[in-house]
Amino acid sequence: MTAIEVRGLHKTYGGRKVVDGVSFEVGEGEIFGILGPNGAGKTTTVECVEGLRTPDEGWVKVCGYDPAAQRDEVTRVLGVQLQESELQAKLTVREALDLYASFYERPADRQELAERLGLLPHLRTRFGKLSGGQKQRLFIALALLGDPRVVVLDELTTGLDPRARREVWSLVESLRDSGVTVLLVTHFMEEAQRLCDRIAVLDRGRITALDTPGGLIARASAAKEISFAAGTPLDPEALRTLPGAVSVRTEDGRAVVAGTEETVAAFVSLLAREGITAGQLRVADASLDDAYLDLTGTER
Amino acid sequence: MSTAGPAATVLRTEFRLFGREPAALFWVMLSPTVLLVILGLIPSFREASEDLGGRRVIDVYVPVSVLFALIMAGLQAMPPVLAAYRERGILRRMSTTPVRPGAVLTAQLVLHGTAALVSSVLAITVGRIAFGVALPENLAGYLLALLLAVAGALALGSAVCAVSRTQKVSTAIGSVVFFPAMFTAGVWVPVQAMPDTLQRIVGFTPFGAASEALDAAASGGWPGWAALGVPALWTALLTGASVRWFRWE
Repeated sequence: MTAIEVRGLHKTYGGRKVVDGVSFEVGEGEIFGILGPNGAGKTTTVECVEGLRTPDEGWVKVCGYDPAAQRDEVTRVLGVQLQESELQAKLTVREALDLYASFYERPADRQELAERLGLLPHLRTRFGKLSGGQKQRLFIALALLGDPRVVVLDELTTGLDPRARREVWSLVESLRDSGVTVLLVTHFMEEAQRLCDRIAVLDRGRITALDTPGGLIARASAAKEISFAAGTPLDPEALRTLPGAVSVRTEDGRAVVAGTEETVAAFVSLLAREGITAGQLRVADASLDDAYLDLTGTER
Repeated sequence: MSTAGPAATVLRTEFRLFGREPAALFWVMLSPTVLLVILGLIPSFREASEDLGGRRVIDVYVPVSVLFALIMAGLQAMPPVLAAYRERGILRRMSTTPVRPGAVLTAQLVLHGTAALVSSVLAITVGRIAFGVALPENLAGYLLALLLAVAGALALGSAVCAVSRTQKVSTAIGSVVFFPAMFTAGVWVPVQAMPDTLQRIVGFTPFGAASEALDAAASGGWPGWAALGVPALWTALLTGASVRWFRWE
């Protein structure tokens, strides 16, 4: 069953097309990532899913309901964590949980949720005194309070230190285990690569690629990166003409060749043929970073 | 943990948060009475004055303190809170739940209306006990005038919030409106002591008219149609403006 369906979405602000024909589907239980640079239209797209904005063209369905027209139905099945939203500074964690729980007919168990998100020691702490990671955990708790089938998380780990970020990631993974569908907006590659089943890369309002993280990486023009310290001087031209080679550069006295599987095979036979010794030889898979930069046409 | 309905929980939460703001508590709940007490400590203000038709200054300042409480609650305390709720995404966050963010606005109106009334009762009580100011003779008329004035103050505060984009702007506009409101309420010169022409002009403002209405009811009469109608008309106009221009984000 489809949890979220977006078809031909268009949204224009002040003559600028922010979202320009976006379509995708998210299956139930999937973690679906929307990845893209700032201003790519990520937040506007999810705001249409959340019912905060009405599309100019196209439509959205969340569990079969239209967020623009069926607000009551959608808010019952959809949990939301908004980018840059706050709570009243003097509201305690417990009060926030009580307040938001009162909004739902059948709220989730607050005590259990607080425990799962590590909020139990902070129940009496006021929102203004929470750390960034604690605030984000509280927002996740609020998003889950209505026992939703779909959760939208927008820039979940922006501004968190690496430790807090990892904590939040394992929480999202535990969401998948409980069968909740997650729509995740991010500009962190590592986050998308680790969490998402599929990723839509958004650039200037359009989806430029939609695939699994592995699929996106395989599409990158430079899927492999060879680096080594040459024992004997080596003609850079010989490296540049390797089949599939995309770039050759020197980094800390090591030669770095970016290319494909084919480049790796040709490189190994080149070493053998010329009797070259290559120290600290390393062949690495390109990361999602590389694929992303390819797909969004950003200068590296 | 509670299981009360959303409206009740929102209201209780707003009351709690209000109780955690010492500045708001002082200015809304106590400052009107403090003003009254300071004036009452001046001996000449406790003597009958011919300019005021044989009444004492302190007698006239009880309704002034009441209006001062209304202005503090509606115009000074409420707009920055609402603007901040909007600016910080609290209203937006709420609009993604089954409860509409209007619930917070309603709670804020109820909260500040209640605070204004309690503060008024405190000023009237202290005036009676400490300085022997007579209680309103026409209680029903007084209550009617008071409720209309409260509605006017809340509508004015809502309108300030509706036309300001940020919390800073709402505080600034609130202050600009604050001084004329204080003047027309008679904080510097009681409306009853103003020259006739000025008094007539002030009678067209919400607080000037409310002052006349309260004064009439305090001395046992019924407030005139104009004194009741002017605040009612202002309330309707300002409420309409607020609804028209208020932005949720």
